[in-house]
Amino acid sequence: MAQGRQTDVAPAIELRGISKAFGPVQANKDISIRVMPGTIHGIIGENGAGKSTLMSILYGFYKADAGEIFIAGKKTSIPDSQAAIRAGIGMVFQHFKLVENFTVLENVVLGAEEGRLLKPSLAKARGILKTLAAEYELNVDPDAKIEDLGVGMQQRVEILKALYRQADILILDEPTGVLTPAEADHLFRILENLRAEGKTIILITHKLREIMAATDTVSVMRRGEMTATIQTSQTDPEHLAEMMVGRKVLLRVDKKPAQPGKTVLEVENLRVVDEDGVERLKGVSLNVRAGEILGIAGVSGNGQSQLLEVLGGITHGTGTVRINGQEIDLTGRHSDGQSRRARGICHVPEDRQREGLIMEFTAWENMVFGYHHDPAYQKNALFMDNAGIRDLAADKMARFDVRPPNPVLAAKNFSGGNQQKLVLAREIERNPDLLLVGQPTRGVDIGAIEFIHQQILDLRDAGKAVLLVSVELEEILSMSDRIAVMFDGRIMGERLPGETDEKELGLMMAGMDTKAA
Amino acid sequence: MDFLTVLQVLDSTVRLSTPLLLACLAGLFSERAGIFDIGLEGKMLFAAFFSAAVAAVTGSVWLGLLAGIAASMVLAGIHGLASITFRGNQLISGVAINFLAAGLTVVIAQDWFRQGGRTPSLLGGARFEPVTLPFAEALRGVPGLGPVYYELISGHTVLVYLAFALVPATWWLLYRTRFGLRLRAVGENPAAVDTAGVSVIGLRFAAVAICGVLCGIAGAYLATALQAGFVKDMTAGRGFIALAALIFAKWRPWYALMATMLFGFLQAIALRYQNIDLGGVVVPVQVMDALPYILTVVILAGFVGRAIPPRAGGEPYVKER
Repeated sequence: MAQGRQTDVAPAIELRGISKAFGPVQANKDISIRVMPGTIHGIIGENGAGKSTLMSILYGFYKADAGEIFIAGKKTSIPDSQAAIRAGIGMVFQHFKLVENFTVLENVVLGAEEGRLLKPSLAKARGILKTLAAEYELNVDPDAKIEDLGVGMQQRVEILKALYRQADILILDEPTGVLTPAEADHLFRILENLRAEGKTIILITHKLREIMAATDTVSVMRRGEMTATIQTSQTDPEHLAEMMVGRKVLLRVDKKPAQPGKTVLEVENLRVVDEDGVERLKGVSLNVRAGEILGIAGVSGNGQSQLLEVLGGITHGTGTVRINGQEIDLTGRHSDGQSRRARGICHVPEDRQREGLIMEFTAWENMVFGYHHDPAYQKNALFMDNAGIRDLAADKMARFDVRPPNPVLAAKNFSGGNQQKLVLAREIERNPDLLLVGQPTRGVDIGAIEFIHQQILDLRDAGKAVLLVSVELEEILSMSDRIAVMFDGRIMGERLPGETDEKELGLMMAGMDTKAA
Repeated sequence: MDFLTVLQVLDSTVRLSTPLLLACLAGLFSERAGIFDIGLEGKMLFAAFFSAAVAAVTGSVWLGLLAGIAASMVLAGIHGLASITFRGNQLISGVAINFLAAGLTVVIAQDWFRQGGRTPSLLGGARFEPVTLPFAEALRGVPGLGPVYYELISGHTVLVYLAFALVPATWWLLYRTRFGLRLRAVGENPAAVDTAGVSVIGLRFAAVAICGVLCGIAGAYLATALQAGFVKDMTAGRGFIALAALIFAKWRPWYALMATMLFGFLQAIALRYQNIDLGGVVVPVQVMDALPYILTVVILAGFVGRAIPPRAGGEPYVKER
């Protein structure tokens, strides 16, 4: 770790004056950076700051408009991924590049086969994987199919792929987004082992905590520019956040104590069977009161999505669900989003691009979806009052700080955070009794996170019930008044945010009953 | 139904399955690489015409075969250009190819031969002749196996043997070689192939080219082996039945053999039993002719179960924004 600080060593990677534009958008502006060998170098910045673009240039996925790349002191041209691999660079993308129905072994050798026949390649890879597993705590069953593995394991396969290609430089793009705390800890142990072997690691993230915990050096990017590179030990999260956003940021959610009222949502023994016949909710019971936020923690894929979908009327289920004391229809004619909205349930879905918005449609059109039958939006018996809807939309966009506040722009032209604000504005402005929110800040910038959290808290303080599903433990801990942890379609238990921590929740998320232990 | 009749129906099955099998394997290569191809029909038709035309003019069936393959390759190239290079819609490109082939073949045939959109009948060396396998005559008298060998296994054209040999060959290529691994990967997740440093475009063009060659052989077989010359629309939906068989076979070579044999068998039955008398009610020949197509629908709707196509199928590969 110390050797990286010496100035006479050539940097493992040096970028000089890299620029890249996509049409009118300048994704990278004159970026220069030096990454020393044998260090973990963090790159932090908001979404759209240009981190991923920069790394894609380094991996030969994009061509830079200008600038030079030096690998171990030698000027190197990287026109494609093959060249990057030859230069000893390996990349673990945020969205894994694995073939789902291939085995681990097949994925590892793909593109790096020994000869025309597969057998010798696979045999050799099997041996190398065994060595790598022992060396770096990278154990994966080589014959398992990718689709049968959890995301943590899939990520290990991606790392193994890079190491199999003898990468000396490993780039990881937002590696912990899909991991449990325990899996993330394991990943950081692997990275430390790799550093100890002299590998250079570039860690791209927007999580300040990871930068502080894992990196030696950190570079901050903002709006396509590299604003600073400093030793991690000489900075703190507040300072980093300020450099990222360009202004002071409140890192903690500032909230008043909850004033819970009557029970709004009661769920008893709720079950959902998906189209493959797999039971995804196995008898969930919970309740949410007016003026409180119930946070649902869990690794994605443990039934949280189905819980939101069945409550939002998107899928069918069995069991009893009461809203304000009245039972709602879970299977029949009144089991759809329309009926749910009529009962005062609004839904901000987990995947805003697929379920929350129609990306090709304009913002004002998106702002009335699901509520387009509302008499307020009609001009007469035949036509909708489009001009009026546009004005209303512009008004809501201004209040929810959607940028740009232009209602005729298509939804796809807004950034992730602003898309989320569009959905939130639509749903919260209906003043629901119960708000269902899934992953409200996934892929959203720090600045916008603050705003979105405040909107949800305001709704709570207005005496409404909120069911919040998130895979971000920090978000669950800071926002919730009560926390329920889901594992394998069941509620593992409930905790109060003041009486638990990430470690305990992490164990519960992995299916361990902490009370029994 | 006696033993010999059964053998004859099966023999006919083999002959009728062959073009389906070739086209099905052609589609398998293309679709496994992520390029949907509903233009199998058009490519076969194009190849059928050009192989018959060249064979008729030169008198050499081998030159005809080459011409058929070349013609099919031209259409495959267009499909590749449209759907790989220009990232167009693969279905539309396929439909266009089918129309192009259906129209062009008749127009060119009329212009060249003036026989109402057909080629002259092929004779002698302009057709593929049946191959009599060794000892077929000698073993014919052996009870049981003898007739099977003579009627069913021996006496087909060389293209039939080629088509059946292509099944294990395809399996081996797909599952035992580097090319096969990459081909399957590019149809499932082209981004994985791209980031591994292998050309997505190159692989997909290779697959489309193989598809073109196989469709060419299938078309040439129709015009120069199964029949003696080209007639308008002679593929008669075989390209689409091959696609149906491909789905039925879940994109696997051995299953493709079984699926195409089944469809070939249905065609053989229809061909042999033209008018069936069911207790006074005569089933008209049209019903029998339509039977393979009706059963295709029934089988696909009811018996396929869950067929999962290659995941990246039909999607042009664009690097992430």
